[in-house]
Amino acid sequence: MNAAIALLCGALFSAGVCISGMVRPSKVLGFLDFGGPWDATLLVVMASALAIHVLAWRVVMAARGRPPAFGGQFPGPPSTVIDARLLGGAALFGLGWGLAGYCPGPAIVAVVSGATSTLVFVGAMLAGIALVHAVSRDDSSE
Amino acid sequence: MHDFTPVHALVGGALIALALAVMLIATGRIAGLSGVVAGLLAAGDRAWRAWFVAGMLGVGAVFELAAPRTFDAVARVPLPLVALAGLLVGVGTRLANGCTSGHGLCGISRLSKRSILATCVFFGVGVATATITGMVLR
Repeated sequence: MNAAIALLCGALFSAGVCISGMVRPSKVLGFLDFGGPWDATLLVVMASALAIHVLAWRVVMAARGRPPAFGGQFPGPPSTVIDARLLGGAALFGLGWGLAGYCPGPAIVAVVSGATSTLVFVGAMLAGIALVHAVSRDDSSE
Repeated sequence: MHDFTPVHALVGGALIALALAVMLIATGRIAGLSGVVAGLLAAGDRAWRAWFVAGMLGVGAVFELAAPRTFDAVARVPLPLVALAGLLVGVGTRLANGCTSGHGLCGISRLSKRSILATCVFFGVGVATATITGMVLR
């Protein structure tokens, strides 16, 4: 059942980023580049998604400690640690995002296009993830 | 405004949120995409993540077959910079423990201070980077 839910949700996510145009770096950069002909689409995507996800957290709150229907448990309160790792990581991510116009989810979906630049981006992204895993293996902070 | 597609944005945004909302409500998981992908490269609970990515690629393939213009064929910057950008996105999202979906969507919608701050930082740096790159390219 968990497999079916994950498959369905991956499919819904993919449809969402394809329909909204967020799988196209040119469209994402149309928002991030304030110097060019500006495109507010990304902002509307975020606003639409946030409005719905706020309701999802309401449902989680209403469960009042009862577990989810399909196993596991609801996440506890979010961490409040603000450190260099969080801020530095977000800055590095912003740098890469602003340069290429891909964030992780849409980049994975766009692999199916087989475009060289997309494959290069995703290969490097996976290497970056593996690098952090390798370096922080002894670090039990996660 | 250039290339603005608000209806597609509303529908797409709603589908993105619905996907993560069903994961959260049905299984208790915050399925931020950098976490899903990174989890596939680490020991542990890989199965659901693999199914999630399979769903992404399956629907992506349908769009590629039915509407290939859904995707960009070329990048804005030369390939070595694309590779650098990929590396930065991989390292950065792992260090910050989230990306546009994990911090930007799941975190902000429950008013997590970490997520709000992280999102302000990556949007700020993203806008600065893309704007400066645009000035250099134009």
